[in-house]
Amino acid sequence: MINSLNILLPEVFLTLSIFSILMIGVFTKKSFNLVFNLSTITLLVTAGIIVNSSNVSEKIFLDSFMKDSFSNFFKILILISSLFVLNSSRNFITAKKINKFEYPIIILISILGMFFMLSSNDIILFYLGLELQSLALYILASIDRDNLRSSESGIKYFVLSALSSGLLLYGCSLLYGFTGSTNFDLIAEQLNEDNTGAIFAMVFILVGLAFKVSAVPFHMWTPDVYEGAPTSITSFFAVVPKVVGLALLIKFMFIPFSNIILEWQTIIIFISIASMILGAVAAIVQKNLKRLLAYSSIGHVGYALAGVATGEASGYESAVVYISIYVVMNIGAFSCLYLMKKNGEYKENISDLSGVSKKHPALAISFLIILFSLAGIPPLGGFFAKFYVFSSVIEQEMYSLAIIGLLTTVISAFYYLRIIKTIYFDDSVITFDPIKDRFAQFTIFLSCTVLLTFFLYPSFLNNIVNSLFIN
Amino acid sequence: MTEIGLGHYLSLGAIIFFLGVMGIFLNRKNVIVILMSIELILLAVNINLISFSIFSGDIVGQIFTMLILTVAAAEAAIGLAIIVIYYRNKGSIRVEDIHEMKG
Repeated sequence: MINSLNILLPEVFLTLSIFSILMIGVFTKKSFNLVFNLSTITLLVTAGIIVNSSNVSEKIFLDSFMKDSFSNFFKILILISSLFVLNSSRNFITAKKINKFEYPIIILISILGMFFMLSSNDIILFYLGLELQSLALYILASIDRDNLRSSESGIKYFVLSALSSGLLLYGCSLLYGFTGSTNFDLIAEQLNEDNTGAIFAMVFILVGLAFKVSAVPFHMWTPDVYEGAPTSITSFFAVVPKVVGLALLIKFMFIPFSNIILEWQTIIIFISIASMILGAVAAIVQKNLKRLLAYSSIGHVGYALAGVATGEASGYESAVVYISIYVVMNIGAFSCLYLMKKNGEYKENISDLSGVSKKHPALAISFLIILFSLAGIPPLGGFFAKFYVFSSVIEQEMYSLAIIGLLTTVISAFYYLRIIKTIYFDDSVITFDPIKDRFAQFTIFLSCTVLLTFFLYPSFLNNIVNSLFIN
Repeated sequence: MTEIGLGHYLSLGAIIFFLGVMGIFLNRKNVIVILMSIELILLAVNINLISFSIFSGDIVGQIFTMLILTVAAAEAAIGLAIIVIYYRNKGSIRVEDIHEMKG
């Protein structure tokens, strides 16, 4: 019993912290700053607990909860990225008057849901984690409740996400019926290519997961929700749930569906190609930066899925490396948006960036580095991410996937470079307010440094990721 | 008279599930109807799980059903709350009116 609690320690600690921070928030006046700091500390301490725990794979509670190096890696990635997302958006939250004490607490609750999803070894626990995460995200999307756009994005996200959870759940019920168990290991034993019902179920589950990572053809919600939600929430949406969605796609391939990998692969290849093409083409006509980043994130998920589609450990590794670098790039890109403030209003159109290089050289150079990296131009981090994915795809002789991927990279470079052209070569029209947002600036600096110096020590990340797939 | 077997229950579940999904896509009037359609989908899943559970003699499906009922209640509560704040801002919950952002 004590041993089980040790394995569950990060989750237990997070749950208890959420309860106590919520109580502190309720019973103290003007508690936003206090709650915010306590939430930051909670994230740090939880990360510390996970780093200190062993990486040995262990299962508890009738094999329904599994702790292993794979889930630990993703949990730490989630914690660190939410730490940066939260703290860099602090001034934005205050300026937008969404500084209610519930804000950081709901983010913590969604992280708790993600933890259970990542550690689940049972359909029931997986579904409950998914719903805990989704319910928290619905509220976050509409947290700016006096704003029409925010509440509309909330309603859109709620309807489509609830539909996708329903599809996923229907798949889960069929999977339970056709294999007679809810445990991932037992499902894997029962599954084979002749089990038509279970393959049917697999398609439904894949639809649900594809929705969570916003892969085409289940991406409809992404641009609207990204544009309507407050920028601080958008940056959370663009980073954290995507990481978890991708981790679960890999995990499902690894444990329950390991015997029907061919069927799974065919669908992933289709989704990956469709996402890459849509992400590249649809972003060209966008004028709003948040909407553009939404389409760009659809495209990036397509590249990461290309790695997953290989069905080999090297491909999964490349996908994990890709998504880690994607996280760094997106946190940087969204932190830049927090600095684009004019007369108390945050600007989010591409035209607002016109000629920014003359007045704000530091912001311009950060945008340059991050956008070049998103476009995949060497020697920045984004190039290596794409390079690993495509080399593992070519290793598996999936040439058509690699060719389409490279073509869409070229197309998407167009709209990234167009923003850079706007920043450096257009006439200066706007001077942003001077910003004293130390943490956002620090985040941008850190993100640019990581992207610039990634090529010096690529083995650092690679070695960690390699060790995840050994067992 | 034919015996009612697993297939009948699964067909019922599939029909209700299909009705729920169609309700979301074909409905042009009211967001509340979408909320009801989502409930239908979850109930279809419950029918599936309970019939599988009964016919395979395994209790886990019924436990799962209890948990889904709880989640469905929470989801309906949050959905209604979001609809209320949307109504306060817009003054309408017609599906056709939800088009502030597009393109």
